Amino acid sequence: MKLGVLFSGGKDSVYACRRAMEKNEVACLITLVSENLDSYMFHTPNIRHAKMQAEALGIPQLARPTRGEKEAELADLEAAISAAKERFGLQGIVTGAIESVYQATRVQRICRAQDLWCFNPLWQINQVDYLRQLVSEGFWVIISGVFAYPFDESWLGCALTEERIRILEGLQKRYQIHPSGEGGELETFVLDGPIFLKRLNILSSSKTYANFRGFFTINGLQLVDK
Amino acid sequence: MILLVDLCYEKDSLSQYEFVHPIFDTLKRSGFSSEIRHFTELERRERERFDRIVLTGTALKDNDFAERIDLFSWLAECRKPILGICAGMQVISAVFGGQIVPQPAIGLEAISIIRESALLGEPREIEGYHLHNYGVTLPEGFLLLAGKPGEVEAFCHPARPIFGIVFHPEVRNRWIIERFAGLPF
Repeated sequence: MKLGVLFSGGKDSVYACRRAMEKNEVACLITLVSENLDSYMFHTPNIRHAKMQAEALGIPQLARPTRGEKEAELADLEAAISAAKERFGLQGIVTGAIESVYQATRVQRICRAQDLWCFNPLWQINQVDYLRQLVSEGFWVIISGVFAYPFDESWLGCALTEERIRILEGLQKRYQIHPSGEGGELETFVLDGPIFLKRLNILSSSKTYANFRGFFTINGLQLVDK
Repeated sequence: MILLVDLCYEKDSLSQYEFVHPIFDTLKRSGFSSEIRHFTELERRERERFDRIVLTGTALKDNDFAERIDLFSWLAECRKPILGICAGMQVISAVFGGQIVPQPAIGLEAISIIRESALLGEPREIEGYHLHNYGVTLPEGFLLLAGKPGEVEAFCHPARPIFGIVFHPEVRNRWIIERFAGLPF
């Protein structure tokens, strides 16, 4: 089955892509570039670099802009999926949804309307186990945004490691946060992993942070042979 | 030991992560052991190893199982507790003389439990996650536990511990899976 992966460049879409590649053919990555930093549907920090991640993965990317307004962005997503279906002969769509019924429901409806299969290979996964799996399988994940108490500035740009996972596990128990950031608490960016043909190297970056909300913005990025 | 029957379109499919593993994980975290078998590879001798059976759901476009209902005829004589989820409920209905009918639904919706049962408890309203293109008619003699006659949300066999639910308990209602696994039959 030829599949298109909804791709933001964060850990969930990258890992969903890995699972899809193990079972089927991933023909393209579909990226919605949202102008709204608070998008309901689409991961936003560093989304422009998803193009270079697609190159690193060796998979064609179809990118479309969206203003990121609550329901209008769904029409943009459907248009992008429809274009990808036609261009790449897709039979199904893959998402990295874990618990968000909001996201999953909307993508399921679009797939139904487009007569496409819909796969959510991370659905309901235990989030702490999943984070450990990412690290143990060799994915190099950095935190590219924080959006909730009690995340301080030290999280911005830091790598996902066993030590950070243990902290996230503690925060889950204490504050009921979603350790994988599924509730919008944090966003990630993937620089390398077992499905990457090349790795990504950050050349320059900047941070903005205030009141438990911050971005790690990648300004310069290069592909490096592995 | 609980048998999880994977109803997805092929063995070890990409859908297994979405419709089978969440049930497996829920059972594991509650202390119940289970094993996954694809519906096309179940042999009688092997089925006998298990104490109870869960028939899992499938993707919205995946209705291959409905073309192979003959592979489930053993359910009619099975005396073990059975829980059918979504596609699994459709299988139970078909095996016991009900029909699989078009009835698309996607998303969280209110579910009215209308009859007390060991599985769902007292009549009340809960929220359940729907993901199906097809529903079922109530097989003759079966009891409606939730929903209404034209929109069956849950049913049970009148005399045997056989249950079907059309919504997905792995989303927000894991207690149903845990309760099924622990019910004293």
